[in-house]
Amino acid sequence: MRNHFPLSEKRLENHFTDEKPLYSDLEALLEANRCLFCYDAPCVQACPADVDVPVFIQKIKSGNLRGAAKTIFSTNLLGVSTSRVCPVEESCAGACVLNEQNGKPVNIGRLQRYATEKGLAEAGRQRRPLFTSGPSLNKKVALIGAGPASLACAGTLALGGVTPVIFEKGRLPGGLNTTGIAPYKIDTESALLEIEWLLDLGIELKTGRHIGVDLPFAGLLTDFEAVFLGVGLGKDKFPGIPGETETGVWGATDLIRKIKNEADFTIPASMTKALVVGGGNTAIDIARELAMLGMPEVDIIYRRTEAEMPGYPHELRKAKQYGVRMLENLVTREIRKSDTGRLVLAVDHKLSGEKTDLEADWIVFAIGQASHVAKLNPRLKTDDRGRVSVNPETMETSVSGVYAGGDCVNGGKEVVNAVADGRRAALQILKKISSET
Amino acid sequence: MADLKTNFNGIESPNPFWLASGPPTNCGEQIMRAFDAGWGGAVWKTLGDPIVNVSSRLAAIDYAGKSMSGLNNIELITDRPLLTNLKEIAAVKKKYPNHAVIVSLMVESREEWQEIIRRTEDTGADGIELNFGCPHGMCERGMGSSVGQEPKLLEEITAWTAEFSTIPLLVKLTPNITDILDPGVAAVKGGAQGLSLINTIKSIIGVDLDSFVPLPSVRDKSTNGGYCGPAVKPIALHMVAALARDSRITVPISGIGGIETWRDAAEFIALGAASVQVCTAVMHYGYRIVEDMIDGLSNYLDEAGLSSVSGLIGKAVPNFMDWGSLDLSFKTVSKIDADKCIGCQLCYIACLDGAHQCIHTHKGDCRAFHGKSDHGAGVRDCIADPVRHPEKDLKLLQVPFVDEEECVGCNLCQLVCPVPGCIEMVER
Ligand SMILES: Cc1cc2nc3c(=O)[nH]c(=O)nc-3n(C[C@H](O)[C@H](O)[C@H](O)COP(=O)(O)OP(=O)(O)OC[C@H]3O[C@@H](n4cnc5c(N)ncnc54)[C@H](O)[C@@H]3O)c2cc1C
Ligand SMILES: Cc1cc2nc3c(=O)[nH]c(=O)nc-3n(C[C@H](O)[C@H](O)[C@H](O)COP(=O)(O)O)c2cc1C
Ligand code: SF4
Ligand code: SF4
Ligand code: SF4
Repeated sequence: MRNHFPLSEKRLENHFTDEKPLYSDLEALLEANRCLFCYDAPCVQACPADVDVPVFIQKIKSGNLRGAAKTIFSTNLLGVSTSRVCPVEESCAGACVLNEQNGKPVNIGRLQRYATEKGLAEAGRQRRPLFTSGPSLNKKVALIGAGPASLACAGTLALGGVTPVIFEKGRLPGGLNTTGIAPYKIDTESALLEIEWLLDLGIELKTGRHIGVDLPFAGLLTDFEAVFLGVGLGKDKFPGIPGETETGVWGATDLIRKIKNEADFTIPASMTKALVVGGGNTAIDIARELAMLGMPEVDIIYRRTEAEMPGYPHELRKAKQYGVRMLENLVTREIRKSDTGRLVLAVDHKLSGEKTDLEADWIVFAIGQASHVAKLNPRLKTDDRGRVSVNPETMETSVSGVYAGGDCVNGGKEVVNAVADGRRAALQILKKISSET
Repeated sequence: MADLKTNFNGIESPNPFWLASGPPTNCGEQIMRAFDAGWGGAVWKTLGDPIVNVSSRLAAIDYAGKSMSGLNNIELITDRPLLTNLKEIAAVKKKYPNHAVIVSLMVESREEWQEIIRRTEDTGADGIELNFGCPHGMCERGMGSSVGQEPKLLEEITAWTAEFSTIPLLVKLTPNITDILDPGVAAVKGGAQGLSLINTIKSIIGVDLDSFVPLPSVRDKSTNGGYCGPAVKPIALHMVAALARDSRITVPISGIGGIETWRDAAEFIALGAASVQVCTAVMHYGYRIVEDMIDGLSNYLDEAGLSSVSGLIGKAVPNFMDWGSLDLSFKTVSKIDADKCIGCQLCYIACLDGAHQCIHTHKGDCRAFHGKSDHGAGVRDCIADPVRHPEKDLKLLQVPFVDEEECVGCNLCQLVCPVPGCIEMVER
């Protein structure tokens, strides 16, 4: 396999091990045989990307791994990474009928990982690609951002005979799937390996091109048949309190990206405590990552109660197993430096009003990411939360010929939602192009 | 991509996957949906003199938590009016001209055969299958397997039908006989242009121990049924192969019995089948299973370097020999991969109690045979004292080891080992 995106070995990410490693053949077979091959299966209905779960599992049972991989990729081109990063407890596996039978759903995520990785490996060995692109229609589509939404859109376009050109402002493609997902779920190498496969479908990728900065947005509409916006969300949000620009105060996705992708980034051994502010999955992720990297104390500061947290309970449970603590009903007021030079986060108890000073070495804000689409084109209609408005059937925006999907539309969901959006937009673009020619 | 097109003595279909005569081919609406799902052909549920079916009619064996590893039925031929069936056959054929539509028939007298064959041909069907296989109910009336079990009678009726029909004629054989060659050869002599097998195997699947009624029960009584599904595949494979390697069988074979995946189908084809038919697996999971069959078979053919299904037909037949032709000098012994072994000791106990006492254990007392190698031919008329093998390496404590001198190469340990690739049989 080619390696377009060399990475340094000295990354903090490499301290993590794979939480759910690839099944052995026996494990896969035993687990596959638990699946009942339901008809109109609830697991399929629960999958945003419409993966035909019973069919791909049946193909694992019959030893048709190439076919199993094809079944998955035919609706979910990021089948490898989604198998590892999807919160299956909340989607397919959460809907599996076996939850009612014996409480233990089929482990769909791990079977999907087995099928996609083994199927791709088999196709590589056979020198017969899983898919061949349709005849070229000599049309080009521009995609902004190389995250999951654009990648899925581009792959689907390429298979349909349209040439996708992706402009990515960063050095690495993959968006948050490469820079943001917890390293015990997927490491950067694996995420990039999948992208190499996708690029081979016929995607042109131009990294280091910031649309709106290096290249104007307006030009794209004249040079390309259509434009797809897969720009995700922007910078980490901060609460706007005094002291939030002190060193040692981080935005969560910024810190995670450093842990995952940046060479020689380290956590000084002298540090003993970090505070994570927020209640979503990003807060839980960074808290657990810091705890797993050896930070002795990690507290999550949340302004409401644990029961009201938007983060998944199964994720919080696991974070707690690594020693992460939850502090509820605390509202941040300001950040100061203590006499010893440490950071002090002043908080108010939401109910009692009690004021407390919490000392720490690092304070991490995981209270969301800002929307940044308005900067691209002022004509793009957005909702009150800055999310791009689209027609949900076609993914077309208020600007004709401009489509959008993923986090910039849904405000931040999962990789699989971005994939589903990207595919839907691509199918619409293909339909339009073929009706015009 | 390999070509899956099939030509079965003039009956053409886009792939070799046909539905067997049975509940999945009861009516036109079903068969049209099946063709849309990918099936290449269908053998219509047996037509004949209308009968009444009983309730209930099916029972099954579940094995190790998997339902329906074997299915038993006491259903007879179609209970729908002949005219309705014939109209639907014509409609299906009209809508799906490139798919194979074969009509299964079962009647008694020469006149009845002549009449029903004429009416069947009028529908535009591609072929006829004579049901000489049903082992329950119909045979009590002198039809079905009672014909299939009498080669002379079978040949005679086949000859009548061959005289009346102008489209390819398949004879479906019953496995409820001593030697499948007898009815097989008789059918070819009678003029059959293809053989289908197997129909179901006479069986009683179980007994309700509270009511003492065998299963499936019709109120408080039962009868023997016909057995099919994954459990019967080995029997069917053997019968197909036995016909395929006999020079007197000069017509193509349609293989049936326990086919569920592309792999099952490929095995039937390698042992001589030119098409395969499926009943139980569709009754279990629906027509959708054909997608994996098509996908898996074409992938397999591509991998094997075969450009079409016809290249696979009979590829394993030359290697199916009589016992007397096997090489007695060929020896294999069992080899355990210590890295893969999980220490369950199933191989140890299997060899100790169920084979030749040549797998040894480090874990406590070892009761394997510790004398001079004799492959069990020597005298063993008392219980020998157990031996304790030195526990050199704690990691290897759980891993049994094979006395290669004593091992007879029977395979049992490999079969019981739960870890794929952990025990290998290597040539010695
Ligand atoms: C910490 C964290 C953990 C997560 N964990 C999970 C998880 O476990 N499972 C899961 O399914 N999801 C998870 N998610 C969510 C998931 O990563 C996102 O939903 C998904 O990546 C969204 O894909 P996208 O393509 O819409 O946007 P992004 O992944 O954000 O990709 C957008 C891309 O566009 C580029 N870009 C932006 N603007 C421009 C421009 N003007 N010009 C050029 N390029 C531009 C960006 O550099 C980026 O590469 C997590 C998110 C975070 C923040
Ligand atoms: C409920 C049931 C009804 C059947 N009816 C017929 C029939 O009418 N005619 C016939 O030739 N075979 C009939 N069969 C036999 C099947 O066509 C087939 O030969 C047999 O089931 C073995 O294949 P399988 O293991 O794929 O089921 C029937 C089987 C079942 C289970
Ligand atoms: S719901 Fe569960 S058992 Fe049913 S098909 Fe899906 S994974 Fe299999
Ligand atoms: S399968 Fe259908 S016909 Fe048979 S008993 Fe159940 S509901 Fe009735
Ligand atoms: S059966 Fe296999 S896994 Fe079990 S002890 Fe023997 S070699 Fe080891």
